[in-house]
Amino acid sequence: MSSGPDQAAIQLGRPSPPAIEIAGLSHWYGEGKMRRQVLEGVDLSIASGEVVLLTGPSGCGKTTLLTLVGALRQVQAGQVKVFGQELAGSSRAERQQLRRSIGMIFQGHNLLRCLSAEQNVQMGADLLPGLSSRARRDQAREWLRAVGLGDQLHKLPHDLSGGQKQRVAIARALATHPRLLLADEPTAALDSRTGRDVVVLLHGLAKEQGCGVLMVTHDPRILDLADRVLRMEDGRVVDTASADSVTAGALAATEAGSN
Amino acid sequence: MNPLLAIWSGRRIPLAWLLLTRQPVRLAVALAGISFAGILMFMQLGFRDALFDASVTVHKMFNTDLVLMSPRTKSSISMAGFPRRRLVQTLADPEVQGISPVHWNLLLWRNPETRGTRSILTLGFEPSDPLFNDPALTAKASLLTQKGRVLFDERSRNEFGPVASWFRQGRTVESEVSGKRLRVAGLFAVGPSFGADGNLLTSSETFLSLLPNTPPGSIELGLIRLRPGADPEAVAKRLRRNLPKDVIVYTRNGFIEMEKDYWRTSTAIGFIFTLGAGMGFVVGCVIVYQILYSDVSDHLPEYATLMAMGYKLTSLLGVVAREGFFLAVLGYLPAYGAGVVLYGVIKGATKLPVQMDPDRALVVFTMILVMCMGSAALAMRRLGDADPAEIF
Repeated sequence: MSSGPDQAAIQLGRPSPPAIEIAGLSHWYGEGKMRRQVLEGVDLSIASGEVVLLTGPSGCGKTTLLTLVGALRQVQAGQVKVFGQELAGSSRAERQQLRRSIGMIFQGHNLLRCLSAEQNVQMGADLLPGLSSRARRDQAREWLRAVGLGDQLHKLPHDLSGGQKQRVAIARALATHPRLLLADEPTAALDSRTGRDVVVLLHGLAKEQGCGVLMVTHDPRILDLADRVLRMEDGRVVDTASADSVTAGALAATEAGSN
Repeated sequence: MNPLLAIWSGRRIPLAWLLLTRQPVRLAVALAGISFAGILMFMQLGFRDALFDASVTVHKMFNTDLVLMSPRTKSSISMAGFPRRRLVQTLADPEVQGISPVHWNLLLWRNPETRGTRSILTLGFEPSDPLFNDPALTAKASLLTQKGRVLFDERSRNEFGPVASWFRQGRTVESEVSGKRLRVAGLFAVGPSFGADGNLLTSSETFLSLLPNTPPGSIELGLIRLRPGADPEAVAKRLRRNLPKDVIVYTRNGFIEMEKDYWRTSTAIGFIFTLGAGMGFVVGCVIVYQILYSDVSDHLPEYATLMAMGYKLTSLLGVVAREGFFLAVLGYLPAYGAGVVLYGVIKGATKLPVQMDPDRALVVFTMILVMCMGSAALAMRRLGDADPAEIF
């Protein structure tokens, strides 16, 4: 296998086009009087191989930011560059093509109910060009082994626990060999221990793959795994800090009951 | 690489197939609906074709290449006479080998048991003529040389009386046609049609004695047999050119089609049964659309997830299209099987010549395919609602 979990890691901070470059990004929902601004001039840059966590109260625009970076939504104002490709004014086909290089992990895992764990992961691997179906299936199995589900290959999502489902979803996202991972509260449905295990896993695999990670989370227990933690409030990134300094603050905030 | 191997190794997860088979109840409902629609179409179209085919069983009995008829003849129930000498004139054509004049009319048959009368199609011909495709029937025709003898169609409707069973028991069966006493000399099998509930064969001599007012030298049908290898179309064209306009020349197929056409266009039968088949089609469409629409709706977040992963909308539309195709094939097979069985049952019960015919099998499959693919196309519109931005 030319690439996969065993791929050589890309060094952090190596000069390469940033995974994400955002400048002056604003976004509105609704029309006319109902028009409501959710993002107000967001500036943000994430290097390849960097793990960035995004926190903030609900409704502050975190998810909107993810959908814009994930090429799921049309950019209204400002610039979003993913791997150097400008998303403002991009066509539907361009965004669809770009999404193949972006792994997404959703809060609700969104596995295909009618497919087994292995088949779900292979749906990701099936997007890779030029591989035989056997190679794609083998990759799917390898990814499931990497997330510790090597013995659950043929179970349907129905028969898996919440944490197992989330790990299948992570394996599926990684199976497309993404250069950028976007995750929206991947630990929300999990108990704290499983949650942390999942993020540790994600972190490790992302470092191995050398892809940038942008993860929305409310979970203070995982903040120490980040290279950077960003805090959003009312559509703006208000605070950029290294992980260590934020962890203490966020923990304090959680304990104060503000989260 | 071998192209088949390339396709095999390029295969993806068969999502459409798994979507269907991992929901067995929904699949069963869908297949039951499609099969029901297919059976309905098989039955309606089968009845329709059988009725039309039955209308020409008599026509198909004749060993002939061309036929001569009066231009006033529009169907087997209103055969008009034309001068017999026109038929003789065709012998001038070098390709014509033999001719047989046939008298054709509906006469009243008296049921020997109940004494009630009912009209029966009666054909009169020279018993020595090689008129029929079936050599056994031609041989039986020699029984008619004696005046006042008839051959009775054993598959005639029961209203004509228990003629066939009496005859088989060895009884002498006599009855009255147009007031003249006749004796049944033998049986043959054709079956009822639209125009005639039963059939009777007799000699020209007997026939004319039943209808003494027939103008001399007038016949209703002229059979023309050509030399082996002759082109019936070419001869028909030549005869049309050479004969006066008081006769009309048909090929054997043209003769059969004229009769079918008459029943198709002048009765509501074709319309009624086609409408019945159309209703089956509509019912099937509604069922398949419901199934596929709710299937797409139920899986909308999953489709949206696939779009977020980078699957093209067109490949997801392909999934729905394939579901439609699988439903069509899986629903067709039981419909075909049930059709074959039911045709057998109907044939036994109604004496109608109904059987599975490759053309009809193809028509029904095409209709089921159109039904499923059309419904899939409508259900696909729901996929437009799958917004990958909404799943985060």
